Amino acid sequence: MTAAPRPGPGAARPYEFPTVHRVALANGLRVIVAPMPRLPLVTVLALVDAGAVTEPAGREGVASLTARTLMEGTGALGGVALAEAFERLGTMVEAWADWDASAARFTVTRSRLEAAFAQFAEVVRAPSFPSADVARRRDERLADLAQQLAEPRGLADERFDGFLYDRASRYARALGGSTRSVTGLDDAAVRAFHAAGYGPSVTTLVFVGDITPDAALALAEARFGSWQGPARPVALPPAIAASTGRRTVLVEKPAAPQSELRVGHLGVPRAHPDHLAIVVMNAVLGGLFSSRINLNLRERNAFTYGASSGFEWRRGPGPFVVSTAVKTEVTARAVEEILREIDAMRAAPPTADEVSLATAYLAGVFPIRFESTAAVAGALASATTFGLPEDWFTRYRDLVRAVTPAQVHAAAQQHLDPSRLLVLAVGDATAIEDAMAAQGIGTVTRVPAEHDPAEAP
Amino acid sequence: MQIPVDTYTLPNGLRVILSEDHATPVVAVNLWYHVGSANEREGRTGFAHLFEHMLFQGSEHVGANEHFELVQRAGGTLNGSTWLDRTNYYETMPSHHLELALWLEADRMARLLPTMTQENLDTQRDVVKNERRWSVDNQPYGTWWEKLPALCFPPEHPFHHSLIGSMEDLSAASLEDVAEFFRTFYTPDNAVLTIAGDFDPAAAREMVARHFGPIPPGTGRPALPPMAVPPTFGAPRREVVPDAVVASRIFLAFRIPPAGDAGWYPASLLAAVLGNGEGSRLPRALVREQAIASDAGAYTFDLAKGSDLLIVDVTARPGVTPEALEAAVVAEVERLIAGGVTAEERERALALLETSWIAGLQSAGARADKLSQFATYRGEAALVNDEPARHAAVTPEAMGAFARERLGPENRATLLYVPRAVEVAA
Repeated sequence: MTAAPRPGPGAARPYEFPTVHRVALANGLRVIVAPMPRLPLVTVLALVDAGAVTEPAGREGVASLTARTLMEGTGALGGVALAEAFERLGTMVEAWADWDASAARFTVTRSRLEAAFAQFAEVVRAPSFPSADVARRRDERLADLAQQLAEPRGLADERFDGFLYDRASRYARALGGSTRSVTGLDDAAVRAFHAAGYGPSVTTLVFVGDITPDAALALAEARFGSWQGPARPVALPPAIAASTGRRTVLVEKPAAPQSELRVGHLGVPRAHPDHLAIVVMNAVLGGLFSSRINLNLRERNAFTYGASSGFEWRRGPGPFVVSTAVKTEVTARAVEEILREIDAMRAAPPTADEVSLATAYLAGVFPIRFESTAAVAGALASATTFGLPEDWFTRYRDLVRAVTPAQVHAAAQQHLDPSRLLVLAVGDATAIEDAMAAQGIGTVTRVPAEHDPAEAP
Repeated sequence: MQIPVDTYTLPNGLRVILSEDHATPVVAVNLWYHVGSANEREGRTGFAHLFEHMLFQGSEHVGANEHFELVQRAGGTLNGSTWLDRTNYYETMPSHHLELALWLEADRMARLLPTMTQENLDTQRDVVKNERRWSVDNQPYGTWWEKLPALCFPPEHPFHHSLIGSMEDLSAASLEDVAEFFRTFYTPDNAVLTIAGDFDPAAAREMVARHFGPIPPGTGRPALPPMAVPPTFGAPRREVVPDAVVASRIFLAFRIPPAGDAGWYPASLLAAVLGNGEGSRLPRALVREQAIASDAGAYTFDLAKGSDLLIVDVTARPGVTPEALEAAVVAEVERLIAGGVTAEERERALALLETSWIAGLQSAGARADKLSQFATYRGEAALVNDEPARHAAVTPEAMGAFARERLGPENRATLLYVPRAVEVAA
């Protein structure tokens, strides 16, 4: 039995991102429609320019709490009745707040769209925020925060941000708020946030699926046309790093068999002109299974089940972070390898093969990323938040393919900075402390899991 | 929604399913091998999953990790997963790279062993041990998915033992084990190959024949030990697990008919009535009204042999005692037994199911996996299209009867996680 030779590609079939239609209502509300008529399904997403960065100081977490309590009642309907009403139509509303925006979304079969959308408009425009339900949701968040102390992955992510950003930055506190800030929230705070931040001029409705632009516009006009509200300008508060030097933080989880490692520094805003070069550079460094960091830590050294790197994209500078979980005994060795890969990325240009792997992958998977109505709606919402050009999705694949090894190298030199790395490990601090100190990555600080740097006295 | 299904079988026994859809230039290749942790021999727990890792370590014409690189360079995504009684491998590709995915899968089905080395095995063994630490040992409640099957299936049953495996058994796995497992189970007559999405059927058939046709069939896989178990546990089962957690968490497991049996559909809908959506019973009573839980749900495990499990899964608020949590959860189950299900509850559950069924099959990869699943477990991929109607045929009366027969204390296994400092009666 002999094998046929490795086959080459056939003729590529053309791909078109769904055609995007944009209109605005008289009250300023924007409507985006992307027909995908293959299945009798529609995703509706309401994007409100009221993210966590717009929260009043001391009320961190109120954006998330507002989003999560939108579904607690409208008019005469209480929270249970409202949830049941959507569920009888075969759908559930998910609502959340991100750093830069709040959003609510549902996916429904086409025949039930009108009924679900009528209710959805009430949820976004006129939620009743019953005080007992707001208090319950607040207590659920406090319970999550307590639970998180025992969950090393989430704890590592949040503590990394907490130590990375100066406490004056909103980014230093968890997106959903800290124990201190959430404890002080109530229905008045939620009502005030909704009144100030939710309004037609800062809202975009995205319709994706089995619907025409005319039908979507008619629905939006019927249910949101009479909405009036404030237009609060969104100012972006500064994101400041807590320190410009290197440092190491050990968060204690006694007897942990693994260390959750985070290594990184401040990244750049989404609007940075080097965005795509950074994306490709990160794909070479740690964004893919076949990236340098994963091949090193997993396939060469077997330190971990997986290791990756990423730039988190926000309007302000989000973190750049390498994330992995490694066997306790090799924690310091893993840090050494991560630093080696970051240095190597800066020291010499990547090979043409590495860059073509990254660009071919990013361009190739583009249609695979957008097979579902929810995925397309999410991408259009994100493009709205970041103010991307209207033709972004039609040009994306060509733009990615055009990134060169020289641009990738320049992005590495400019946007990776070993001199200001924060190394954070959640793990058995006693077992790893000496070896971590020997790595010499700044001073080593050891803190209990409960220590929240943004709230510490 | 009807998924197109075209099924045929190669002379070597490989079952092939083609499902065309040209909406977007994407094609999915999906292979199910009918082997999982249930087929492991004693002292080799975790081997089926370790073996899955070895399938990415190269074959005669593919270098170690080159499978990943070739697929990603083509703009595709890929992975594999191991379950109790099956292992799947899949790629989603830009459609003009279909043949590359087929060639990669055929090369490792036909010629895995020539490139296997002790070094690769040792590396993947350590990777898997780290996967165990990451997903089980260093996660709150992380042991639940090995403790629950152990509690629900008798020690000699193939579903009893750990899928991820023990550290000792992983250490014991050898290259000879790899070779034997490969020859026994990774044969065309023990596999289903599905191609879904944008492809030309005639061209796809030709490619499948050329790449998979020459692979010889196996010599017959050993039968699994008996999978049948009595319809109920017969008496309550219970395990209390002190863990490094802040809040108690309870799992109630009930024995139900295997997924796909006529008797399974009422159980599937009952799970949705209990715990799918904010309007379902457990979230409504425990999270909202009593505010003693932070999270509550119910679902079926979807085991297709012997017996499936209906699982109720509720996490307490910190500070709520395990006794109070358990009493409240059991009270909801008892209420279901006593009062049955309303027509409105059934409608709600069915409506949610309908939407998630369509939405969940939007991607070529999801359709391909579902078709492989139905071909493997039910013997006929086209049965996938009957699934919504089989759910819709369940009446509230049938659901109520099922609750009375199967959700009582004699068919209840309780797995209760408690914060380490808390004392609970076992």
